[in-house]
Amino acid sequence: MRKLAAIMKTTAARLSALYLLLFGACAIVLVIYMTSVSVRMIAAQTREAVNEETLRLGRAYDRGGIPALVRLMEMQARQPGANLYLIADPNGRLLAGNVESLEPGVLDTRGWTSRPFAYERYGEAEPQGHATHTAMAQVIRLPNQMILLVGRDLGEPERLRRVVQRALILALGIMAFGAFLIWYFVGRAALRRIDSLSEASARIMGGDLAGRLPVTGAGDEFDRLSENLNAMLARISALNDGLKQVSDNIAHDLKTPLTRLRNRAEEALSKKSGTKGHREALEATIAESDQLIRTFNAILMISRLEAGYSAEATGEIDLATIVNDVCELYEPVAEESGVGLKSGINGTHVITGNRELVAQALSNIVDNAIKYSADHADQPEVLVMLARKEDEVQLTVSDNGPGIAPDDRQRATERFVRLETSRTQPGSGLGLSLARAVMTFHGGRLELTGEETGLAVSMVFPTNRVQS
Amino acid sequence: MKILLIEDDREAADYLERALSETGHTVHVARDGDSGFTLADSGDYDVMVVDRMLPGRDGLSVVAGLRARGNETPVLILSALGEVDDRVTGLRAGGDDYLTKPYAFSELLARIEVLNRRAGAREVDTVYRVGDLELDRLSHSVKRAGQDIVLQPREFRLLEYLMRHAGQVVTRTMLLENVWDLHFDPQTNVIDVHVSRLRGKIEKGFDGPILHTVRGAGYVLKAG
Repeated sequence: MRKLAAIMKTTAARLSALYLLLFGACAIVLVIYMTSVSVRMIAAQTREAVNEETLRLGRAYDRGGIPALVRLMEMQARQPGANLYLIADPNGRLLAGNVESLEPGVLDTRGWTSRPFAYERYGEAEPQGHATHTAMAQVIRLPNQMILLVGRDLGEPERLRRVVQRALILALGIMAFGAFLIWYFVGRAALRRIDSLSEASARIMGGDLAGRLPVTGAGDEFDRLSENLNAMLARISALNDGLKQVSDNIAHDLKTPLTRLRNRAEEALSKKSGTKGHREALEATIAESDQLIRTFNAILMISRLEAGYSAEATGEIDLATIVNDVCELYEPVAEESGVGLKSGINGTHVITGNRELVAQALSNIVDNAIKYSADHADQPEVLVMLARKEDEVQLTVSDNGPGIAPDDRQRATERFVRLETSRTQPGSGLGLSLARAVMTFHGGRLELTGEETGLAVSMVFPTNRVQS
Repeated sequence: MKILLIEDDREAADYLERALSETGHTVHVARDGDSGFTLADSGDYDVMVVDRMLPGRDGLSVVAGLRARGNETPVLILSALGEVDDRVTGLRAGGDDYLTKPYAFSELLARIEVLNRRAGAREVDTVYRVGDLELDRLSHSVKRAGQDIVLQPREFRLLEYLMRHAGQVVTRTMLLENVWDLHFDPQTNVIDVHVSRLRGKIEKGFDGPILHTVRGAGYVLKAG
């Protein structure tokens, strides 16, 4: 009983039961309707046949009176499957015909009998005793008060009803069997797949983070579900790894400035208070803390960008406007460092994105370009180009600074990586990492290229951003 | 200035209370959203500083609730959250400014003082005056001691912002946000260079400095 209850808890069994109930109800309604229609049709046909017969008998009576009527009746009655014929005197005594006995009261009616009645035929050997038949009949009073009854046996509609009933039971049986088969093959198979998915996810939850859900290769819905869930798990574990790397890097790279901060405070403490050195140490401490805050903010920013796309934070933005804004922002700095900052824009380039993030990434790149080219070139120059290339928009910042060796380019966008040449420069070393995170957020990429001298950093935006 | 601080972290709240009191402000502290809401609803504060994550009722719902009751006290929202659209949701809930933790106290202080609507120029003023410096927002003209000064559009907006908050310290980030509409911390001294250019135009050949640098904080525009 408990097992049955458990089976009924499965979706497949419930669906099968529901289908069975539904189809069964439909079948019953259909059969009842069909039966009643056919019974009514057969009854109408019976009536018509009896009416016709009565007319014929009436004509014989008109022609030759009772004897002619009886003759015709006797003739008709001998045929196989004949109608019922009966002539009785006004008192109800049977005079002629093929009916031996009748339900009492039938002969008292006029016209059609209102309901089927029981009768027995002459000369019928009834194997199971006196099995009575039912019939419908028309009762007519002849002009000489004799009673004429013409009727027809109702065996045929009765038989039909029985056949239909049997068909109905059979159909219901087949349907129940079909429902069982559906449950057994479809439901149970699906159930087994779901159970295996449940088991696999339970294993993964239990700590087997590298585990994945089974894919049978059938390419069905379950495989698609498994594949999607596996992709999700892969993404989660990538994020997890990223998080771990961030904490490692934070621990490693923030330790240095924090130690410096502590040493400075300790040193100041050992001095006499109120001295000039005291004040300088405090100011240096604040400056160092500010730099730490900045680094923290950059790390947070990168993490939140890597956490994923948020449609809420994006809208239609024109990259040309952003390029103009950023160039305008950096123009005085560039001029002061003796760097020529130029921009080349071809038309407007509207994309879906976040203006502040793109502006920040571009600022970081332009900032770097100005810094590096200022120190390393005779005629330092930074060029910001915005152009469409096939179905992408490329925003490229190129400088004629020292550049980055091809081998180091990939590393340069990783968190906290500061190539040896940049160790002396101020900054958190997160500028390019942040730019890369921004590009990933926008479904694009960050490309580092360059000739022998100089570096070109391209922010590549897809123009037909597929929002995921 | 009367400041309401709604912050659940005891250490942070104590530090802010002390530091803000030392700069001459009256500070009331609430440790959770509900008591903060009650205080804000009954008291007459110049500025509120609301932490976003609070026990019980969270900061955004406190701000939204106050706004729904017609309380227009300027609110600075503090947040340690790190979603990309946090600032947008914070401002949408009714906050006037948004600052992400960790922050420098000088930044917080400058932003609180600028939020105070009882100080600085009013939004409706068309002409700002500081000492002998005059800025006409309608005709986009700037004069000092009666002499016309020609400014680039961005320089004009920079001066306009500084003059609206004359006497108040404005930080580099505030300038970047309000003049350039960019919300990040510039790595280099981009803002300093813009300010020193502006300073050259409004101070060179005139009497005395008017645009001062506040060490470790930002800039302040004031006469004398």
